[in-house]
Amino acid sequence: MAGGAASGGSAASDTYAKARHWLLLPSWVVVGIFVLAPVLMMMVYSFLTKEFRGGVIWEFSLSAYDQFFFDRGLFGDEPAKIDWTYIAIFWRSIWQAGAATILSLLIGFPTAYFIATRPEKNRAIWVFLITIPYWVNLLIRTVSMKFLLRDQGPLNDFLVNIGLIDTPLHIINTNLAVQLGLFYSYLPFMVLPIYASVERYNFALSEAAADLYATKWVTLRRILLPAVKPGVIAGCILVFVPSLGAFLAPDLLGGAKNFMIGSLIEEQFKGNAGNWPFGAAISMILLTMVLTILLIYARQQRQAEDLS
Amino acid sequence: MTDASQIAVDVRDAVKRYGDFTALQKISLSIRDNEFFTLLGPSGCGKTTLLRMIAGFEDVSEGGIFLYGEEIENLPPHQRPVNTVFQNYALFPHMTILDNVGFGLEMRGASKSEARRRAGEMLDLVQLSQFASRKPAQLSGGQQQRVALARALAPSPKVLLLDEPLSALDLKLRKAMQIELKHIQRETGITFIFVTHDQEEALTMSDRIAVMSAGRMQQLGAPQDIYEAPRNMFVADFIGETNLLEVSVDAIEAGRATCHLGGGHELTCNAVDEVKRGARVHMSIRPERLFLSEHPTESESLKGTIVENIFIGTDITTIIDLAEGPNFTVRTSNSDRGTKRIFEPGAQAYVNMEHGAARLLVD
Repeated sequence: MAGGAASGGSAASDTYAKARHWLLLPSWVVVGIFVLAPVLMMMVYSFLTKEFRGGVIWEFSLSAYDQFFFDRGLFGDEPAKIDWTYIAIFWRSIWQAGAATILSLLIGFPTAYFIATRPEKNRAIWVFLITIPYWVNLLIRTVSMKFLLRDQGPLNDFLVNIGLIDTPLHIINTNLAVQLGLFYSYLPFMVLPIYASVERYNFALSEAAADLYATKWVTLRRILLPAVKPGVIAGCILVFVPSLGAFLAPDLLGGAKNFMIGSLIEEQFKGNAGNWPFGAAISMILLTMVLTILLIYARQQRQAEDLS
Repeated sequence: MTDASQIAVDVRDAVKRYGDFTALQKISLSIRDNEFFTLLGPSGCGKTTLLRMIAGFEDVSEGGIFLYGEEIENLPPHQRPVNTVFQNYALFPHMTILDNVGFGLEMRGASKSEARRRAGEMLDLVQLSQFASRKPAQLSGGQQQRVALARALAPSPKVLLLDEPLSALDLKLRKAMQIELKHIQRETGITFIFVTHDQEEALTMSDRIAVMSAGRMQQLGAPQDIYEAPRNMFVADFIGETNLLEVSVDAIEAGRATCHLGGGHELTCNAVDEVKRGARVHMSIRPERLFLSEHPTESESLKGTIVENIFIGTDITTIIDLAEGPNFTVRTSNSDRGTKRIFEPGAQAYVNMEHGAARLLVD
């Protein structure tokens, strides 16, 4: 490269590098204020001492974490035993969120596939239709679900009227009701990413598989699914993670027996009975768990890619 | 063996409609066992539709398709013992080359190891063994094309369907692949049905060609027949270059037709069954079967003025404006330059036809 051109070029790129720093500033501000600061605050609060009428005393304490895992406190006079109460709530939440995710996948995948295989000009309309119910507030939708699922509600009336069942099904205040509620709350998060990847799928590949003697089922499993896997995984994460922390559906549809993490956290901050450090600690444990799962997944993906 | 078993694919009165639009109008053709058969035509002529009907990707609106005497038009694609080389190859992106090639074998029930062994052999055939463990995206277009070929050949299909497989390759690679495909067809003895819009490709590779246009078959025959004796305007114009003259047929006698041009000039040429006396038809003459001279010769001669000479490497193309007709193109081989005279633009000259060069067209 000629000397003059080189120095001119590097001067220009210096300016550009400086400008780039400043141009990134808004993103850093947003990430800082809305992501890093709240997480940091939550972390700090989880290590503080509770004040009885809500709020905290600025004094370091591990009692929030202690309370989560042990019955009498690890540092008490008597020997401590692991307390399964809160771990069981966690376990139930994972189970419920998992079931809701699988339900969303079973319904969402065919839906996304259906939309992606419509003529191009109609696809936008279908996507639009999918999102319409979500213009209504989540609370209202969940309360409506409660009415739909009641023993004397429209769903049971319908099933009895068509003769499928004799006595109304008891759905409300069961695990199933919570799963249905979560499923309905987050279904579009499953449909949209899968739709995006199926739309990009080259359907000639399915033809090629059929041409090479693969049945429809084998084609789905060995050709289509691997190709749209990123969309499926994105959809599962987008449904599973908010389901895990959800509190509206478990509260309104699950009743007292079907307590989930979200409600537990909510209770720690609401009203006078609250325990802010404990609520923050539960949130931290939940966050750590979700991040760990995501990191393990990301790592496996990278290893799988390196292998191939 | 009966006659029917010598026919690999028999298409009988096949019609394809999309709503009100008829893509194929009553196509009938018999493709022989072990034949390199080409469906040739411009885009939208229905050739790919016909191929996809044989493969099973499009259903048949009317008529039937038979594979070695067995009716197949109602079988789904995965039950038809034919394989396809797709236009954009459609290789499975997440599988290795070896797994791509072995896929069809595995689906037909071969064990994983048997499928791999046979896939390896197929990769040898297309000289890609060293790429067996790569993914399709890591290969060049030409290599991907050969993988697609190996994948389609691996399950030993009764008929191989090729949907414009060479159209994405550059000219040199395309020429090399044309010869390789022809070799592989001879070696394997599998019937090939090849779809292309490239007439040169069709002429080079095929045993027989079906020329198609607007959903109809225009002519079926060996490459030489189609080139030398085009049946109608479309075929004459689509295959190679040609000169067209409008003539009236005055008399037909002993296999020769006497015709006249608009200006009254008389010409004789071989008669064609379907062209009767009194018909106004077109006559087709290939540019390489014409030569120029200063004076009329014993052959059929037409007078004209030279417009321009175009040097195209192997040949020189001369455009001449005929006194009694349109512009004509005359091709003189570069090796004939010593024996045949090249006229300057503006000069008066005569265009002469070799005996049997002119051909009457049906429409």
